[in-house]
Amino acid sequence: MDRTQLLLWLSFALFSLGFVGVMIRRNALVMLMCMELMLNGVILSLVTFAERSAMLSGAVLVFLVFVVAAAEIAIAIPIVLLLARRRRTLDVGAWSELRG
Amino acid sequence: MSGTDLLLWFFAAAALGGGVLMLVARHPMRVALALISSMISLAGIYAVLGVHVIAVFQVLIYVGAVMVFMVYVIMLLDVRDPSFLERYGRVVVPAVALAAVLAAALAVAAGSGRIMTAEELALFHDAPVATSFGVQPFSAEFLDQYWLHFELTSVLLLAAVVAAIAVIRTGRRRDG
Repeated sequence: MDRTQLLLWLSFALFSLGFVGVMIRRNALVMLMCMELMLNGVILSLVTFAERSAMLSGAVLVFLVFVVAAAEIAIAIPIVLLLARRRRTLDVGAWSELRG
Repeated sequence: MSGTDLLLWFFAAAALGGGVLMLVARHPMRVALALISSMISLAGIYAVLGVHVIAVFQVLIYVGAVMVFMVYVIMLLDVRDPSFLERYGRVVVPAVALAAVLAAALAVAAGSGRIMTAEELALFHDAPVATSFGVQPFSAEFLDQYWLHFELTSVLLLAAVVAAIAVIRTGRRRDG
């Protein structure tokens, strides 16, 4: 099988696995980690195409995405900790009234 | 099958295995370790592809910063929390069905059509075609053309730190 094809399939599989995880798991931290897995899948396809088209600007874009992901985690984890302190649990079911 | 292809298959299988383990593991610490192994396998894939800079960033930023932070928070929290013991919510079957449809659609999309080679793509853009993705060509391009973006990332990180502190302070005031 072609190398690009394999990596694309892997990236889609990782994205779908992360998607399942975000929807079925109860724990807020685990949901965050599954979102990271989705982002990793997307980055894999970005790197694959950057390598395939031999453009360094793709690699620069990946670096910028990494920085944004680090900033996202730096804000998401304090929010999760705040929720956990308020209700004494990480179960997202405890926050079901946010549904509106 | 050549040696690099074999390595690529190995790392791809490891990344996929880590992703599956994330769904079935019960304790968040095991989920975090599965995610770390998946990320390191992806770094291996990037290294096999020859994109060494991204492989190093993957290990440094993702495993070194993000996941260490995550593991630290998990160790900080109470393990008697019911969400640590019960894995799944109520929408397991529809969620898995929806994701299966999504995965099938993506697989069909990736399987059909043809992916252009670098030479064909070069006809469409003016950017110089890179001969390698090593540290030296990457750094030259990065700090030559994208230095402004690099400086802006530090502003973004500073904003994130200030926002994190603000979130924590707000919560503390409400709790009394």
